Amino acid sequence: MYDFNYHRPKDIKQAVKILRDSEDGVPMSGGMTLVPTMKQRLAAPSDVVDIAAAAGSGIKASTSKVTIKAGTTHATVASHPGIQKHCPSLAALAGMIGDPHVRNKGTIGGSIANNDPAADYPSACLALAAKIVTNKRTIDADKFFKGLFETALRDNEIITEVEFACPKRGAYAKFPNPASRYAMVGVYVADHGRKGIRVAVTGATDSAHRNKAMEKALTEDFAPGALDSVKVKSDDMNDDIHASADYRAHLVTVMAKRAVAASG
Amino acid sequence: MPEVSMVVNGQNVSGSCEGRTLLVEFLRENLGLTGTHVGCDTSQCGACVVHVNGKAVKACTELAAACDGSKVTTIEGVANGSLHPMQEAFRQHHGLQCGFCTPGMIMAAIDMVNTHGKKLSEDTIRHELEGNICRCTGYHNIVKAIKAGAKKM
Repeated sequence: MYDFNYHRPKDIKQAVKILRDSEDGVPMSGGMTLVPTMKQRLAAPSDVVDIAAAAGSGIKASTSKVTIKAGTTHATVASHPGIQKHCPSLAALAGMIGDPHVRNKGTIGGSIANNDPAADYPSACLALAAKIVTNKRTIDADKFFKGLFETALRDNEIITEVEFACPKRGAYAKFPNPASRYAMVGVYVADHGRKGIRVAVTGATDSAHRNKAMEKALTEDFAPGALDSVKVKSDDMNDDIHASADYRAHLVTVMAKRAVAASG
Repeated sequence: MPEVSMVVNGQNVSGSCEGRTLLVEFLRENLGLTGTHVGCDTSQCGACVVHVNGKAVKACTELAAACDGSKVTTIEGVANGSLHPMQEAFRQHHGLQCGFCTPGMIMAAIDMVNTHGKKLSEDTIRHELEGNICRCTGYHNIVKAIKAGAKKM
């Protein structure tokens, strides 16, 4: 890892100022992705701005929505009684990220801003119609994830909180890579009643996305069997040493069926 | 160079480090606390697990500068006169062979009890050990040791 200047600003305003003044600064939240990336010399920022404390930790949960401050760790989300009650599928997803030690450090804001193609939270944002609040504006999840590690965030724009809509029923089913615990494929199915059904897929392509054909099939019949008629194409699926494109396409259907079955 | 101060195993310590200095490097090289091991150095194996402000984290993926003002507990800090109940349980149940992963296993096990209570099922233990790898494949006795150690904590 190349050396850098470390900063721990008091608030987001100060963080933005440091980022602006730095040559090539990056914000860091839990650092669970950034630190390994710097160790591999895939990133060599001039300045690391540690915003975990500035972004803050905190959760508000009601029957209709869950609001989570960006610096909240995965462990806090997974064990929060309000989320477990009003949005159990989201608590379950947070409990499946990485391992216990990673969950004690990694944060929701960092995960979403990084948009790893195999991360879990992007699928939750899409399935739970999240609103991603930054220091500048509020962005709908549907317009946030742009591609491989790419988001709608602009320079010096920092996520401050994320607001999820609680579904009437839903579940996240994940086939983890046995070594990294990242999703080879993860599918989040959420039934929002009259606001419709959302099916979000992660790990399969270059970025989390919604599968509209599955959403349509499940609107007609919310049952695993309804997905038999939906063909998942392998054309744009990831293809690597962990799984071929065809295998991933197959997994999308299997995970979607499991998520529907677990939704109750 | 950033100056850092933290409380390590109950003692105030301070020193200067680079921005890139990892917590595990600071513990081992600046403080001479070599009980915390570096195994994979890619935050997968868990040999470097320590507690920062009461939570288990991987010290190979934590910046020392980010721990300024924190309370850190390492394997050297868990025994109090005699072995910690979890250390004793690992000894009793042969929960180690080469011993390289053991400090991380014990720190993870203590955190497991703090989070999930003293009555741990085998399923919970195996699931919670996701982030700790033993290359002697001694998991069976490690699980037994944690179950027994938890009861005595």
